[in-house]
Amino acid sequence: MDAFFHADMVAVILAGAVATFLTRIGGYILVMRMKSIPPRLEAALNAVPAAVLTTLVAPAFFTGGPDVQVAMAAALIASLRLSSLPMLAVGWCAVMVMRYVLTA
Amino acid sequence: MNKREFFEGVRQGTPVCISAAPFGALFGAVAVANGQTIAEALLMSMTIFAGASQLVGIELFGQKIAAWVIVLSIFAVNFRHILYSAAMAPFVRHFSAGEKFVAFFLLTDPQFAETVRRGEARGKVSFSWYLGFGLVIYVPWQAMTVLGAVFGKLIGDPKLIGIDVLLPIYFMALVLGFRKRANFLPVVAISGAVSVIAYHTVGSPWHVSIGAIAGMLLAAMLPGKRNPKLHEAGQEV
Repeated sequence: MDAFFHADMVAVILAGAVATFLTRIGGYILVMRMKSIPPRLEAALNAVPAAVLTTLVAPAFFTGGPDVQVAMAAALIASLRLSSLPMLAVGWCAVMVMRYVLTA
Repeated sequence: MNKREFFEGVRQGTPVCISAAPFGALFGAVAVANGQTIAEALLMSMTIFAGASQLVGIELFGQKIAAWVIVLSIFAVNFRHILYSAAMAPFVRHFSAGEKFVAFFLLTDPQFAETVRRGEARGKVSFSWYLGFGLVIYVPWQAMTVLGAVFGKLIGDPKLIGIDVLLPIYFMALVLGFRKRANFLPVVAISGAVSVIAYHTVGSPWHVSIGAIAGMLLAAMLPGKRNPKLHEAGQEV
């Protein structure tokens, strides 16, 4: 029978967990060490949400097939009027229509 | 602990929970397919709790790659959290040391985005709200990992039921939540373009850090507050 845990696998997982936690707390520690934040750094940090989250979205759009692109475009249009949960529903419906209704 | 704040966090975190759940199941299924036991997959979800890096890690486990490369890859995928914890510092600095430990452990993309949005509206966020938002993502993530690991074969291809588009769309919603910010359009344009170029040249996961740094550099170089009214006009509709 399989064991629950293998020592080498657990070691890699825990090392990955420590590395991940360091990224989660690292920026806070660095910023708190500074006496004051220079305006340009503040402008850069202010851009973090849009900058980072965009890098998770843009490649998904450009590497996705037409089905994914239509779904994301439909969700983008929906976002002008709707909040995030209905926006997800619109995107999901669009991708299902593209995959099952508009094929052939 | 403030119950009302806690449950407001739970309510706001629920859409995240729904859009992330398939990926928790996907991770569990892929983990077992790549030779992890169910217990190991759960341990990974509980201690790392960062979907993309878990999937990258599991992919590398399957390819029998050196342990330090796997750990470095996990670090690279999660590097964006350094920027998050720096940018949200003003809103959580009043947390106690223990609260900070828990809060940073639970830090994810949506947790960061909602914390900044709420923090900017109110000056800071309460630990109760933060914990409610975080736990409604964390606890189902573990349950879905186990479900995915147990029923891995049943899920099959996530594309068949269209769940693969949920995460990019959710991230898009988060981006749009910041459209009133100074320099939103130029930052999104440059980060998007650079990340796509980096994705095709340098490769994943480095495109995230490279694209993000490009957007941040641009923001640092642009002049500060111009006429905010004028700046927002073109973005509404």
